[in-house]
Amino acid sequence: MEFSAAFLLALRALGRNKMRSSLTMLGMIIGVGAVIAVIGIGQGAAAKAQEQLAALGSNMLMVGSGSVNRYGLHTGHGQTKTLVLADARAIVRECPSVSAAAPGTGTGQQIVYGNQNWAAQINGNEPQYFGVRNWPFANGTSFSEDDVTQAATVAVLGDTVRKYLFGSGNPIGETIRIGTLPFKVVGVLAPKGISPGSGQDQDDVIFAPLTTVQRKLLGQEWLRWIMVSAVSRQASYVAQHQIESLLRDRHKIRPGDPDDFVVLNLADVADAAAEGGTVMTILLTIVASVALLVGGIGIMNIMLVSVSERTREIGIRMAVGATGEDVQRQFLIEAAVLGMIGGVLGIIFGVISSVVVSQTLGWPILIPPYAIAVSTLFAIATAMFFGFYPALRASQLNPIEALRYE
Amino acid sequence: MAFRNSTIAENPAAARTSVPVVDVREVRKTYQLGETEVHALRGVSVNIGAGDFVAIMGASGSGKSTFMNILGCLDGPTSGEYLLEGRDVSRLTKKQLARIRNQKIGFVFQGFNLLGRTTALENTELPMLYSRVSKKDRESRARETLALVGLADRAEHFPSQLSGGQQQRVAIARALTNKPLLLLADEPTGNLDSRTSVEVMELFQRLNADGLTIILVTHEPDIAQFAKREIVFRDGQIRRDEIVAIPQVASEVLKTMPTIKD
Repeated sequence: MEFSAAFLLALRALGRNKMRSSLTMLGMIIGVGAVIAVIGIGQGAAAKAQEQLAALGSNMLMVGSGSVNRYGLHTGHGQTKTLVLADARAIVRECPSVSAAAPGTGTGQQIVYGNQNWAAQINGNEPQYFGVRNWPFANGTSFSEDDVTQAATVAVLGDTVRKYLFGSGNPIGETIRIGTLPFKVVGVLAPKGISPGSGQDQDDVIFAPLTTVQRKLLGQEWLRWIMVSAVSRQASYVAQHQIESLLRDRHKIRPGDPDDFVVLNLADVADAAAEGGTVMTILLTIVASVALLVGGIGIMNIMLVSVSERTREIGIRMAVGATGEDVQRQFLIEAAVLGMIGGVLGIIFGVISSVVVSQTLGWPILIPPYAIAVSTLFAIATAMFFGFYPALRASQLNPIEALRYE
Repeated sequence: MAFRNSTIAENPAAARTSVPVVDVREVRKTYQLGETEVHALRGVSVNIGAGDFVAIMGASGSGKSTFMNILGCLDGPTSGEYLLEGRDVSRLTKKQLARIRNQKIGFVFQGFNLLGRTTALENTELPMLYSRVSKKDRESRARETLALVGLADRAEHFPSQLSGGQQQRVAIARALTNKPLLLLADEPTGNLDSRTSVEVMELFQRLNADGLTIILVTHEPDIAQFAKREIVFRDGQIRRDEIVAIPQVASEVLKTMPTIKD
């Protein structure tokens, strides 16, 4: 029998028992639907995380001041006083895999504007920092190189700080007080959101010229960190190595002694996120397999019922010349059609539920086309796998007995 | 509609010299029923020539059904040979047997055995689904065959919308659609009233006159009288095999019967 005729036959046979066929498909629909929904939401979240990491710069390295070992007592990172501006300049000058370095320091302070006040992180930077982090301004501009040279008391506000101090008002040109010092607001940054790495609000921050924070707020000449960008993501590991040996050299650390600084590679963070994605995929595959297994068993069950109900029909077909293979193919195609329709409905169900989830919870969704193709094929393959045994049973019926079957 | 051996039927001399349609030699069939062996056929030999019309009679358990199953290639003999049109089919694989059933044999059953919720036309097309006939040819040939059995206007009806006689005609159309060598009818009138039975026999006689070889199993002696030859089975053997002296002519008999419209 040609395939098209067998396909139509299968559709008709399934159409005769609509209720039963749909209930059988339900297993497949739920299985495939769940897979699609979880993939959609999971991939969406992963894509957003990747995007945020990329915004942060996956070719970024953080050089931080290290921990101090004083008479066997270890302090946390950020305690050494050896990381200085000259190191930042040297990194750019002497490490070939580094394209830029932005030195910085910071402190927490109470900020006051009028009768509003807010506690925030004050970071000292150079103006190119905003470019390195690819952070646009919503309003106003950055402080200038001159401001850095003169240790001017000017400030750039993060979006969260702006909201708490100014609400809907325009902060540009206004004077705020950081600790005891008055600062003039020159710019407001666009909101950047929650950091994918640390979960911190990246907008809850104020930026001021590096020298201003060092001298006027902290009274320290050393740096807390240097943000370094490597020429490419691949180069970030080489850059890390170059920075480490350069700084050990500059800080005169003897071989075998621990570093007095720490280098964090954001490519590691991105890799960790990607690894998390792999674990997620494995878990999903397990969930999908279990769901499809259950659906497949449902199909097998109903196909066995169908074969025994249609014993006489099988006998008639065999009497007029259907071979065992013809009969087997007929039932296999029926199972495949069940799987296919179930799979397609499952995809629709999955897409609808992920859209609902994304709209209610505000999560992004991303359903890759391969997921749709793979889950449809998988549904068909599972259905055929579980349809194989019933189809084989049908093909092995004895036509004489089948014809006599009541 | 012309059947492949119509020329032979029209020329009895050719029939005598050519290969018989059915040539059964010392066929035995033994079933294993638990501990006991059942000898359904104990050495049956028979020759049926092209264009013959044979009625097989016998009590239940006489072996006639087993014999029909073997003739119809639904089952193989335990020993002995069965030559269909000169070809030994007693040792073929299941697949080869299916092919022969499809191409050479038409079945008509007592219970019609039509597919429910499937139109008369589609039922008639069924054997062609398993041979290489294009969709277009399938339909035109099925319509042609339905017209031959007088059901041209019932093609789109479902079996449940047809009378018993009409259903049996659809079954006959299905049996004829692949232009078989041999028509096997197992109690074709068993479920029909007497007038409808004669109508079916009239159709068989007409098909036989066109050259089709027909073998029918019946336990009704009046039905056997429409055949040309009568074979009686008892205890797995042929007891009697004789020419029907003056076969009844169904079309004549119908004229004497009261018409009850179905």
